[in-house]
Amino acid sequence: MLDKKSKAVLLDPLFEDNPIARQVLGICSALAVTTLVAPSVVMCLAVTVVLIASNVSISMIRNYIPSSIRIIVQLTIISSLVIICDQVLKAFAFGLSRQLSVFVGLIITNCIIMGRAEAFAMQNGPKASFLDAVGNGVGYSLILLFVAVTRELFGSGSIMGYTILPLVQNGGWYTPNGLMVLSPAAFFLIGGLIWALRAWKPAQIEEELVVHIDPPAHVDSTRQAA
Amino acid sequence: MISHYLSLLVKAIFVENMALAFFLGMCSFLAVSKQVKTAVGLGFAVTFVLTITVPLNQLLLNHVLREGSLSWINPAFATVDLSFLVFLTFIGTIAALVQVVEMVIERFVPALYAALGVFLPLIAVNCAILGGSLFMAERDYALGESVVFGVGSGIGWLLAIVALAAVREKLRYSNPPAALRGLGLTFMVTGLLAICFMAFAGIQL
Repeated sequence: MLDKKSKAVLLDPLFEDNPIARQVLGICSALAVTTLVAPSVVMCLAVTVVLIASNVSISMIRNYIPSSIRIIVQLTIISSLVIICDQVLKAFAFGLSRQLSVFVGLIITNCIIMGRAEAFAMQNGPKASFLDAVGNGVGYSLILLFVAVTRELFGSGSIMGYTILPLVQNGGWYTPNGLMVLSPAAFFLIGGLIWALRAWKPAQIEEELVVHIDPPAHVDSTRQAA
Repeated sequence: MISHYLSLLVKAIFVENMALAFFLGMCSFLAVSKQVKTAVGLGFAVTFVLTITVPLNQLLLNHVLREGSLSWINPAFATVDLSFLVFLTFIGTIAALVQVVEMVIERFVPALYAALGVFLPLIAVNCAILGGSLFMAERDYALGESVVFGVGSGIGWLLAIVALAAVREKLRYSNPPAALRGLGLTFMVTGLLAICFMAFAGIQL
């Protein structure tokens, strides 16, 4: 159905080039909203929808955007889409939109959306950009849902609010793991996930020596002059 | 009065640390924390931009966007509610300000511009900046409070990124499993740092 290149564009972001585990994009929301499954699902849907819409629309007008103001143009498009998303959430899922608080707005600065717009949609046609957006949205959702399910299951003994492991304080047998409810748990889970992913696909392992980010050469010359 | 501002400052720096309690600005936090020197540069740039954008957005919010806030132009506007434009306005202010700050610094303080150069434009899409403004809107800070909150959350972010960079410089001498090297290990270190910062959560202010 799809030719080879489109298939790679669609499927690579799942494991080979995952936005969170490999491109280090969109980390903020992945950490903050994953205590419970329900808000994470909403977050995944919102990010994927905004990502698809922004990638397609930016790719359609990519030949008309002057490169000097492209960041502002992209930000305007993305924030308009996020406003729509926020208004829809407020109208149909008010409780969840309260729970997500500022993180809906922060989709604007979610680096996945900016990053894909800049790296893919500015160079490719609408169809390829659509596939790229779907792939990256699903890749992001995979990680987010894995973290959220683990945290809710072991932290509160339930999934989507349904009890799976009856808690001790409700007469059950499971003593909840307090660490899972706390925010640092997300770091450990994603760290472990990256570890597992790279053990499975050794091509993603980083070089032995950490590459130095050297400041541009003129910095040192001004320092010496001062 | 002063004690109120002081406790707000301490709260913004430690208890509600932007990076380690709310995980804002994580992308650049993880990407630019390989060396202490660059981390300090980025930290100061973020602090500077937060200090200006949070109060600026506070003024915009309370005098242009809120329901009834346009009545200073004409009483007929008292029912106008533009608050759905909050995101667009905030991000516009931030992007524009970052651009202006970049030009001003380049013109008048070229040494600082050379030191920050690479990071300045990146700040526009740092979620700690937008997050600062959104928290200000949600918590309804007054102008003075928003200045203190902006400064405090900037300093908190600076402290966190410098701490992580210092740890990572030492980590270069460690010998972790190959698949954990780099990003995986950084995540876990950040998690440990976040646990350390949770000790501040017990402080009553």
